Amino acid sequence: MAPRPNSIEAHGLVREFKKGPRAVDGIDLHVDPGDIYGFLGPNGAGKSTTVHMLTTLLPPTAGRATVGGYDVLNEGPQVRKVIGAALQEAALDPYLTGREHLRLQATMHGITGEERKERSNQLLHRVGLTEAADRKIRGYSGGMKRRLDLALALVHHPRILFLDEPTTGLDIQSRTALWEEVGRLAKEDGVTVFLTTQYLEEADVLADRVGIIDHGRIVAEGTPEQLKAEIARSTVEAVPAESEQKGAVAGVLERFGTPTTGFGPESVAVQLAANDGDLAQIVRALDAENLRISHLQIHEPTLDDVFLDKTGRHLEGAGAEGEQEETAAS
Amino acid sequence: MHAAVLQAATLGRRAVVRTVRQPANVVFPLIFPMLLLAVNSGGLKAETRLPGFPTDSFLAFALAVPFVQGALLATVNANVEFARDIQTGFLNRLALTPVRGIVLLLGQLGGLLTIALVQAVFYLAVALAFGVRLESGIGGGVLLLVLEAAIALAFASFGCWAALRTGSTEAVQGLFPVFFVFLFLSSMNIPRNLIETTWFRWVATANPVSYLIEAVRGLVIYHWRWETVGLGFAVAGGMCVIGFALATHALMGRLERT
Repeated sequence: MAPRPNSIEAHGLVREFKKGPRAVDGIDLHVDPGDIYGFLGPNGAGKSTTVHMLTTLLPPTAGRATVGGYDVLNEGPQVRKVIGAALQEAALDPYLTGREHLRLQATMHGITGEERKERSNQLLHRVGLTEAADRKIRGYSGGMKRRLDLALALVHHPRILFLDEPTTGLDIQSRTALWEEVGRLAKEDGVTVFLTTQYLEEADVLADRVGIIDHGRIVAEGTPEQLKAEIARSTVEAVPAESEQKGAVAGVLERFGTPTTGFGPESVAVQLAANDGDLAQIVRALDAENLRISHLQIHEPTLDDVFLDKTGRHLEGAGAEGEQEETAAS
Repeated sequence: MHAAVLQAATLGRRAVVRTVRQPANVVFPLIFPMLLLAVNSGGLKAETRLPGFPTDSFLAFALAVPFVQGALLATVNANVEFARDIQTGFLNRLALTPVRGIVLLLGQLGGLLTIALVQAVFYLAVALAFGVRLESGIGGGVLLLVLEAAIALAFASFGCWAALRTGSTEAVQGLFPVFFVFLFLSSMNIPRNLIETTWFRWVATANPVSYLIEAVRGLVIYHWRWETVGLGFAVAGGMCVIGFALATHALMGRLERT
């Protein structure tokens, strides 16, 4: 029998909760073997519900999906054998040590004896927890818990890894360390990674392809570069030297594009009408009006611009209205 | 098959380790029933002078209560932790492994059983140290531990059901007073035939906890009274069957995995 691919496929995937709206509303996605797929969206967008369905924890209301070549609805046990998952909450027992967690997880996967011991030591070393291995979890930092969570997901050598907001709440150092490890898993070990995040930078840095989800629907999909190229419009930000000139500066900038937000309170920003906007022209126009500028900068398109373009909102703060549905899934 | 046994044993071990590492969950179930036994033995000693009272040692008569109380306390503590596993997502972590649902349940119950048995040995040792004689002898002592295991499983399966059904630590903690109402409305402090208030005698007769207490008591104060002991085992067994069926059903609902 030919080996099954390490891919993830979903077609028209829907999850409806009782007395609630559709948390996931007919999504289609494809993740190639060995790729890191970033699933980007605000709180409540349907990211965790999608992960729960793809990892067999929640049956879809409609649609179909295959993970590692197995149908998530009809071949749940086979799916669970080939996947590892670190869900949104690093669900650890505060009274057990890191090593005890690994032993428990390995036993649940049928790994016993010397192999279990070796695998535990190997993973503890890999995630940098060898020294803390025999300490109880309640003494671990958030970053240590996340790293242990990752190690637990890797115990049985999964071909596909699901990481649900793995770096939420972590400091930048822990976040970077986790990014490196995830990158290594995909590039060196060929593990397919499905990663949900609400951090633009995380998706931008880590993902080969990005799917942007909002209100249960995928609103954009592609490589980060493709998505940004689709927008193809830079943003100019100017900070007037004198705050009373803010209105006048805005008036000049609006000749070159449409006003946008998301910058500092002193800033005026416009998304340029075309990507060939000339900074020199803007400077000349400001100078002609005798407006003094303390700071002027062109920002290249970001994934937030993509999100703004597709949904009319910025990613940051977009989730408040949908948090309830996401909570229902988790 | 071997893997399932190992998995259940590992989960049971985890339940024990987690309990042992929380001193309040160890000390309270050991001390509280013994304190209540001491208070009741002192205050209700005069009961032994009632005509027809089955023994002249109230301590021996009341020793059955800590056994049932200890099983209740172990049940509540362990199932609060089980509910916490659901709340924190630990159950989902286990659900993502190939482990079977029934193994998760057996592991949880196995851990609780171990704790309840350790408690029972402690209660028995304290009672023997204070002069209680087991009329049924060493064999009766062994059977007492088996009965305690059955009682603990009976309560535990209902506790598991509550934890799985609600996924709430508060709901499981709420079981504690409910269980205690059953305990206080039983024949814990007086034989049923000596209860003079009609409604209370009727409630105590309808209350399954009375039969559990009387079975334990039967092994302490009587040489061998098979009828009482058998009835206790039957009630505990029936509770186990119903509780386990409910818990299994709730587990299937909780684990929606495909």
